[in-house]
Amino acid sequence: MSAILSVQNLRKAYENGFEALKRVNLEINEGEILALLGPNGAGKTTLISTICGITLPTEGTITVGGFDTQSDFRAARNLIGLVPQEINLEPFEKVINTVRFSRGLFGKPRNDALIEEILKKLSLWDKRDARINELSGGMKRRVLIAKALSHEPKVLFLDEPTAGVDVELRKDMWDVVAELKATGVTIILTTHYIEEAEAIADRIGVIRRGEILLVEDKERLMAQMGQKELEVQLSAPITEIPASLATFELRLNDAGDAVIYSYDTQGARTGITTLLNAISEAGLVLTDVQTRQSSLEEIFVGLVHEAETDNKETGNKETAA
Amino acid sequence: MNWHGVLAIYRFEMARFWRTLMQSFLSPVLSTSLYFVVFGSAIGSRIEEVEGIQYGAFIVPGLIMLSVMTQGISNASFGIYFPKFLGTIYELLSAPIDHREIVLGYVGAAATKSLFIGVVILGTAALFVDLPVAHPWAMILFMVLTSLSFALMGFIIGIWARSFEQLQLVPLLVVTPLVFLGGAFYSISMLPPIWQSITLFNPVVYLISGFRWSFFDAADVPIAISLGAIAGFTILCLVVIAWIFRTGWRIRS
Repeated sequence: MSAILSVQNLRKAYENGFEALKRVNLEINEGEILALLGPNGAGKTTLISTICGITLPTEGTITVGGFDTQSDFRAARNLIGLVPQEINLEPFEKVINTVRFSRGLFGKPRNDALIEEILKKLSLWDKRDARINELSGGMKRRVLIAKALSHEPKVLFLDEPTAGVDVELRKDMWDVVAELKATGVTIILTTHYIEEAEAIADRIGVIRRGEILLVEDKERLMAQMGQKELEVQLSAPITEIPASLATFELRLNDAGDAVIYSYDTQGARTGITTLLNAISEAGLVLTDVQTRQSSLEEIFVGLVHEAETDNKETGNKETAA
Repeated sequence: MNWHGVLAIYRFEMARFWRTLMQSFLSPVLSTSLYFVVFGSAIGSRIEEVEGIQYGAFIVPGLIMLSVMTQGISNASFGIYFPKFLGTIYELLSAPIDHREIVLGYVGAAATKSLFIGVVILGTAALFVDLPVAHPWAMILFMVLTSLSFALMGFIIGIWARSFEQLQLVPLLVVTPLVFLGGAFYSISMLPPIWQSITLFNPVVYLISGFRWSFFDAADVPIAISLGAIAGFTILCLVVIAWIFRTGWRIRS
């Protein structure tokens, strides 16, 4: 796969000295879905705004489809669609007119058949003659997506597309994203919802304080960093873990009727067999066993937290991108 | 050149105008009629003639200019301020469109609207007074240039403004006084000599004088200077706009 979007040494500093992006490097492959995760104020929106031309970069280069976003901005922006985080729409305009406007603005001739197809796909066709201010919040968000799709972008940015959206609509959005991916559109989305990244992304990038901490294949990330837990249910509650099991660093649950063992899935030996033997040797009777993979959320919290402590210790953290 | 983009902006801006057509149409007609009732009939009947022209007819060019200037400014400033206020400007900034095209769309629409209003006032005025037009082409040229240059100025104000109050400030505090003191309702020659000299620093004097010349073939200042003034003002606005887009001043962070 080739990179359709390439960000090199991108730095964005504001006049007040605040450095929103610190030498960001990022390559995005054609046709993939990249989810950008990060806490509030990490620089997700600044990164997207700078790529799309809303914010000027302080240093660095960005190319989209091989076109420089500064020197060849027309060709680069022709390929980009942006769905902003805030619902920014002209309140008194009709849905269909605002979508047509977007297509025209991007230099494309009128195409009513395409607009109809997009509005139908986003369940907006019945509302095409409604004014924006008559729509619900979820509908408005769909209008923003319709506007971005109206000019047939090759790269689509979704800045927190499902923030404040109900569960059903969120699932709908995921379906739309999957459909777009099927047509070959590259999608970069930022999100707070880790399950969203887990559900639809191919790769995951983590950004914090203007630095990309890592970009990794989702499956590999979860496998690499995933800790698994084995919970062993006991027939009778215990008050403390027998001394003979100390080496396994077990935790006792609150009820005292289960012990929890953490292990690394990548380890050569998980130690499960020895643990189970040791448990029965200690005279405990087990009734049930279950394993649990740590979610992306736990990985994410762990990563951001780790970077934070690293920063405190060394004052610096190497980017792992 | 992204003509589809220019047209999209132009149409979008004009749509706002058509949505409020009654206000757009009625308010200039009403205010012009009021001026005629007050200045033309009530006061004008005592003034008789100014420089050989019936007073009611004499004030028409000034009245048209007043509306074309204020409407040009308010339409263009509102047109570009509104997307900033609503946040919809993100789309403009991320589109494959350059600043000349953005300006053409917004200023073109604002100038069209103010021209429309100028024509409506001209038509209303013709119902009240006999209105000769000595130089019709010059009249059209002055109207088009004035609407364009003041729409350019409005565009600058719209980008500069950070609130609706600021948006109103320049038209209210600068343009209206300049027009009233620029000979819209009197001839410069009616002023004492010292005020005549001071008035010549008011750029609007040249526009109203030139525009009046196109009707009555009589002017306070030479027509070439009038044309030079409006051309200079247009160029100044274009230079400021070019600077705004080059630096991203109050548009791109």
